[in-house]
Amino acid sequence: MIGGLFIYNHKGEVLISRVYRDDIGRNAVDAFRVNVIHARQQVRSPVTNIARTSFFHVKRSNIWLAAVTKQNVNAAMVFEFLYKMCDVMTAYFGKISEENIKNNFVLIYELLDEILDFGYPQNSETGALKTFITQQGIKGQHQTKEEQSQITSQVTGQIGWRREGIKYRRNELFLDVLESVNLLMSPQGQVLSAHVSGRVVMKSYLSGMPECKFGMNDKIVIDKQGKGGTTDEPGKSELGGSGKQSIAIDDCTFHQCVRLSKFDSERSISFIPPDGEYELMRYRTTKDIILPFRVIPLVREVGRTKLEVKVVIKSNFKPSLLAQKIEVRIPTPLNTSGVQVICMKGKAKYKASENAIVWKIKRMAGMKESQISAEIELLPTNDKKKWARPPISMNFEVPFAPSGLKVRYLKVFESKLNYSDHDVIKWVRYIGRSGIYETRC
Amino acid sequence: MTDSKYFTTTKKGEIFELKAELNSDKKEKKKEAVKKVIASMTVGKDVSALFPDVVNCMQTDNLELKKLVYLYLMNYAKSQPDMAIMAVNTFVKDCEDPNPLIRALAVRTMGCIRVDKITEYLCEPLRKCLKDEDPYVRKTAAVCVAKLHDINAQLVEDQGFLDTLKDLISDSNPMVVANAVAALSEIAESHPNSNLLDLNPQTINKLLTALNECTEWGQIFILDCLANYMPRDDRESQSICERVTPRLSHANSAVVLSAVKVLMKFMEMLPKDLDYYGTLLKKLAPPLVTLLSAEPELQYVALRNINLIVQKRPEILKHEMKVFFVKYNDPIYVKLEKLDIMIRLASQANIAQVLAELKEYATEVDVDFVRKAVRAIGRCAIKVEQSAERCVSTLLDLIQTKVNYVVQEAIVVIKDIFRKYPNKYESVIATLCENLDSLDEPEARAAMIWIVGEYAERIDNADELLESFLEGFHDESTQVQLQLLTAIVKLFLKKPTETQELVQQVLSLATQDSDNPDLRDRGYIYWRLLSTDPVAAKEVVLAEKPLISEETDLIEPTLLEELICHIGTLASVYHKPPSAFVEGSRGVQHKRIPARAGSGESAESSDVGQSGPSEAPPAVIPSQGDLLGDLLNLDLAPPTATVPSVQPSMQMGAMDLLGGGLDSLMGAGLGVAPAAMPTALGIAPAVGGGLGDLFDLGGGVGMPTGSYVAPKTVWLPAMKAKGLEISGTFARRGGIIQMDLTLTNKAMSVMTDFAIQFNRNSFGLAPAGPLQVLTPLSPNQTIDVSLPLSTSGPVMKMEPLNNLQVAVKNNIDVFYFSCQYPLSLIFVEDGKMERQVFLATWKDIPNDNEAQFQIKDIHLNSDAASNKLQGSNIFTIAKRTVEGQDMLYQSVKLTNGIWVLAEMRIQTGNPNYTVNENQETWRML
Repeated sequence: MIGGLFIYNHKGEVLISRVYRDDIGRNAVDAFRVNVIHARQQVRSPVTNIARTSFFHVKRSNIWLAAVTKQNVNAAMVFEFLYKMCDVMTAYFGKISEENIKNNFVLIYELLDEILDFGYPQNSETGALKTFITQQGIKGQHQTKEEQSQITSQVTGQIGWRREGIKYRRNELFLDVLESVNLLMSPQGQVLSAHVSGRVVMKSYLSGMPECKFGMNDKIVIDKQGKGGTTDEPGKSELGGSGKQSIAIDDCTFHQCVRLSKFDSERSISFIPPDGEYELMRYRTTKDIILPFRVIPLVREVGRTKLEVKVVIKSNFKPSLLAQKIEVRIPTPLNTSGVQVICMKGKAKYKASENAIVWKIKRMAGMKESQISAEIELLPTNDKKKWARPPISMNFEVPFAPSGLKVRYLKVFESKLNYSDHDVIKWVRYIGRSGIYETRC
Repeated sequence: MTDSKYFTTTKKGEIFELKAELNSDKKEKKKEAVKKVIASMTVGKDVSALFPDVVNCMQTDNLELKKLVYLYLMNYAKSQPDMAIMAVNTFVKDCEDPNPLIRALAVRTMGCIRVDKITEYLCEPLRKCLKDEDPYVRKTAAVCVAKLHDINAQLVEDQGFLDTLKDLISDSNPMVVANAVAALSEIAESHPNSNLLDLNPQTINKLLTALNECTEWGQIFILDCLANYMPRDDRESQSICERVTPRLSHANSAVVLSAVKVLMKFMEMLPKDLDYYGTLLKKLAPPLVTLLSAEPELQYVALRNINLIVQKRPEILKHEMKVFFVKYNDPIYVKLEKLDIMIRLASQANIAQVLAELKEYATEVDVDFVRKAVRAIGRCAIKVEQSAERCVSTLLDLIQTKVNYVVQEAIVVIKDIFRKYPNKYESVIATLCENLDSLDEPEARAAMIWIVGEYAERIDNADELLESFLEGFHDESTQVQLQLLTAIVKLFLKKPTETQELVQQVLSLATQDSDNPDLRDRGYIYWRLLSTDPVAAKEVVLAEKPLISEETDLIEPTLLEELICHIGTLASVYHKPPSAFVEGSRGVQHKRIPARAGSGESAESSDVGQSGPSEAPPAVIPSQGDLLGDLLNLDLAPPTATVPSVQPSMQMGAMDLLGGGLDSLMGAGLGVAPAAMPTALGIAPAVGGGLGDLFDLGGGVGMPTGSYVAPKTVWLPAMKAKGLEISGTFARRGGIIQMDLTLTNKAMSVMTDFAIQFNRNSFGLAPAGPLQVLTPLSPNQTIDVSLPLSTSGPVMKMEPLNNLQVAVKNNIDVFYFSCQYPLSLIFVEDGKMERQVFLATWKDIPNDNEAQFQIKDIHLNSDAASNKLQGSNIFTIAKRTVEGQDMLYQSVKLTNGIWVLAEMRIQTGNPNYTVNENQETWRML
C-alpha cells in the first residue's frame, strides 16, 4: 500500500510530508526531488523506481504530488487516489498552489489522516468529509450524540456521498451535457479517428433522500422499447440538425452513486444523488458523430524561404445555431521571420512565441464558410531536419451535443417528503466543445 | 487563514521560544506553537527535543490540537520510546470516549506508534474497538490490526486478533468488510502458507454482496482479494464473473482494472464454446478503451496493462486499433506505449492505416519516439507479409529525409526485412549504400556491414566498402568488428580472387591485434576453416539462414500468466514479477491462472476449447527486452546459436579438444597410449574422479534422486578480495547448468556493479546471462545468486580438466579465483544410448581407450546405484548377472558430444566396485 505522500513546490521544497509505513524513510523525500523534480531530462514516466522504492507522481500547475511505496501496490488505485486528493483539496480551498497549501497545511494533514489509513484509501467524498472536517477547525466538540453517529454512519455507510436531513425550499436540478469532440483528419479530408467523450454533470438541490432515474436516447434502450410495441421506428423519423433518434454508446462509466448492477441487467440508470455538483456519468461514442467544423488546409512551399498557407473552415450544423469562441491555430516553422495574414472574418495574429498563427472568430452560424491565407517568410537555415508540420488544431464551443445525445427524462421520487416529480424544477443544457480537433497538413 | 506564516520562522533560539509557548497557559498560544512545530517537522527540521512539551499538550478536549499532537507523536515516538509511554494513558482513555470520532482517532494513531513497549498496552483498547458498536471505529480498528501485525506479528496471533478480523468479513457494514479484507490480505501475504484468507463460496458470496455497497476504494480491496480465489468449477467461475462485470462501468479506473483482472483470470476456467464466454470477451473491450480517456498517468498504467492483455487475448481489442493512434499532445510515455500496442494489433486488415500513422510519427520531434516508429515499420513488414513492400518503400522515403537517426534506424530494420524475405528487396541496396558515411551508431554500422557481406556478389564495390570500414578497425565497437570479420570472410568466399589480401588483413587484425577473446576466436575459426577446407567453410559460412519469425518480443508465457494475475498493480506496470522489485518475503508468492475445468460434464467442452486453432500459444523466444529490440542479434552473444556465423566456434571447440589438448590429456591418463583412432578420446582420470565424487555420497541415506549438488564451499575468502566473500557450488537442474553463488559483503562499504567472467575452459562453460545482483550489497549483507551457464563458450583444456577460472568484478576491484566443478555437471539428459548402438560401439572401441579402476566402500546394491547414477545423467543401458556379480552397462554423454561408455561390476556383499570404461567421441555436427 501507499507508504507515504509528499507534496513539493516547483523548486522541490517539501510542503507536506506524511509517512504511513515504516519502510519509507525520510531519504525518500530527497530521492524523489533529486531524481525526478531536479532531473535534467524531461519526465519519461509517471512511475519511477529508485532503489527499489516506487514513486507515483502527478503535477497540478507547479505543485508535485508524489506517493511512495515499496510494495506491489495497485498502481491504478494510487493514481486515482492522487487525483481524488487534488479534488478534495480543491473542494476545500480552491486552486492547488503553494500559497494555498501552506495556508492550509494543518487541514491537509487532517485530511490525509482521515482519507488514508496505513496507506489504504478511506472514504474521500467531500460531502461526507465536510461534515466533520472544516477549515475552521474540527467540528465535534459541540455535537450531540445523534450528530456524531450520523456522521460516522454516513462516512462508513452505503450512501457515503449524501447526508440525511437536507432541506430546500425550492427543489431544483441542473443537468449539463458536456461533450468534447475529438478529430484527427488527414490533409485529404479523410477522418482518421473521431470520437466524442461526454460527461453528464448534475447539480442537485433536492430535499431528503431522493431516488432518481435518468433516461437518454440510448440505442439499446430505445430499441428494446421499440420491440415492446410502440410503432415509431427508432432512428428514422426525425431528420436534420442533431435530430437522431437514438445513439450508440460505446461505453459509459458512472459515479459511485449509480447502481451498477441495475444498469448491467436493465440498462436503467437509477441513483440517490450527492448534494450539489457532481459528475453523474461519462460516456464515449464513435458512430455518427456530427463534426461541427471541417478544416481544409493548403500549404505550399515556395522556394526555400517562403511558405504559402491557405485554410478554409466550414461550419456544419443548423444555420440557426451559433458556434462561439472559435480559434484556429496554424503552426509555423521555427525559422519563421515574418508573416502576413489576410482573413475574411475575425482576427488573426502571428504569435512568434507559440510558433503559430492564431485566428480567432467570436461567433459563426451553421452552414457558413470562412478562409484565411498567410504568407510565411523563412530564414534560410542549414538545418537538415525537415519541419515536422504539426497538425492545424481548432477550438470552439457549440450549443448542441455532437454525439446526438438527448436527455429524455430525469425522474425524482422522494417518498417520505411531500414533493413529487412535477414539483422539481429541471434544467438541461448541451455544450459541445472541441477536444483535440486536428487536421494534418 | 494564514498558516503559511508558520513556515517562515527561522529565528535563532526558535526551539527555546517554542518550548515556552508550548507550556503557555493560553490554549490558542499552545495551538499556535504546535502548528509551528509541525511546520518545522514538515520541512525536515529536527524538533524532537520538544517531545515532552508537545506530549503535555495531548491532554486536551480540543480535537484539532489533539490531532496535531498525534501527528507529532507518530513522527517522533520511535526515536523517544521511553517518553512515548507517557502518551499511553491518554490513548487508553480516548478509546473509551463517548465520541466515536475520538475513539477511532485514538485507535488509528496508536497503531502508528511503532514502539514495542507500547504495543502491549494497545491490545485491550484494540480488542474493544474491534467490537465497537460504531462502524467507523470498527473499520479503523480493522486496519489497526494490520499495523500491529507489522510491528509484532506474534503478538497479533497470540491475542487472537486474526480471528476477530476474520469475523469482521461478515460485518453488516460494507466499509468494515472492505477494510477487514484489506488487512487480512496484507497479513496473509507475509504468511504465504497460512490459511488465513480462507476463501470459500460462502465468504466469496459475502464479499460479492459487500462489493455492491462499499466505497470505490473498498471495491478495489475486495476485487483484488477475489482475484486470489480459485473457483471450484466453471459454474462458480461464471457466476462470479457475472457479478463482477457491472464494475466495468465504474468511474474509478482502478475498480475497472481490478475487475478486468478478476475476469481475465476466471475466464480461463470457462469453456470456450459457452455463449457467456463470447459475451464476456465483448464486454471487456469498451471499458479498456474508455481507460484511454482518463488522465495521462492512468492512461499509462492502462496501456501497460493492455499490452499484457493483448498478448494474452488478442481477440479482445483486435478491432480497436484506432484508439491507440498517438495524439500530438500525448505525453511521451503514453506515446511510446501506444506504439507498442499498435504493433501488437497490426494485422492485414488494418495495416494500411497503421503504416500511414507510423509514417507521420517518424517525422515527430522526440528522438526516442521517432526511432521506435521507424522500428515499428520494420516490425509491420515482418509481421504482415502483404505489407512488406509498402513498408520497404516507406522506409526508403524515410532514408531520403537524411535525418541521421532515422536513416540509421531504418537500415537496422531493413536488415531484418532481408532476413525475413530473402531475395526480394535487394534492389534497395544501392540506396542504402549511399548512406554509408552518415552511419555513426554501432548497430547501424553492423547492420550495413552485414548487408554488404550478405549480398557481396550483387554489390560491385563491396570490397571497397568493406575496406573503408577496415581502416578504423580498432576504433570500432566489438559488434561492428565481429560483423566486419564475418562480412569479409563471406566476401572472400564469394569473390576469392580479388579479396585475398583483404581477408588476410582482417584475420590478422582480429587474431593478432585484438584483446577481445570473442573476436580472436572467431578469427581463428575462420582462419582454420579457410586453410583446411574452403569447401566446408563455404558450406558453413554461406549456409542458408533460418528465417526470423515475427513474435520475438512476447513476454514469456509463465511470466505473462503471472503478470495477468497482477493486473493493475506495479508489477503490471513494470512487466516484472513482484519479487523483482519488492524486498523481503512480501509479494513474492507466484500467482497463477486457474486451469480450465477438465472434469465432469465440462470435460468435453474444454477439450474443444483447447484444440481450437486460435488457442495455440505462439512460440515464444523468451526475451523481456524492449518490444522493438533487435530481432536478430547478429553480433556477439554466444546464446544466439541460430546465427550461423557462431556455429563454427562450436565446431572449433570440438576440434580443439581433439587436436592440441588431446595428447596431453591422454598422456595424463592412466598410462594409456595415445589414441589410435582420431575420433577417440580419453577423459578417464577426470571421469573417474567424478564417479568417485558421486559415490562418495552413496553412503549417505535417503539421498533424493536427481543431480547431486555439493554443499557450497568458500571459493574466494574475504581477505583476498577486499571484503567480498564468495562461496558456491554447481548444480544441474532440468538440463540447465547453474552456478549457485553466495556473495557476502564483509567490508565496510556498499558494493555494487557486480559482473562475472570465466576464463576459457575444457568444456566451454560460460555465463549465459549477466550476474543478477540487482541491489547494492550493503555491509554484512549476504545474497544468493544463481547464474545459468551455457557450454557454448570458448574452449581450452584445463589442468585438472574440471578446473574453472573465474573473475568477479565489483565497484571496488576485479578478483580472480578458481574452482572445480563436478564432472556430472556436463553430463547431458539425453545420454541414454540405444542398446544396439551401445553394443556396436563398445566393440569398436580399441582397448587402448579403456581404463579400469575400483571404487571402494560403497554399500549399495546395483539397482540403487543405477538409480543414483541416473540422477546424475549416467544411464544404465543393460544389466546382467554373472557369477554372483551384477554387471551394469552405462552410457554418458557430455555437453560437447563425447560419449563415455562404462561397465560396472558389482559384487554383492563386496563393497568394492570395478568400473571398466570405454570412451568414444561422436562429433555432433
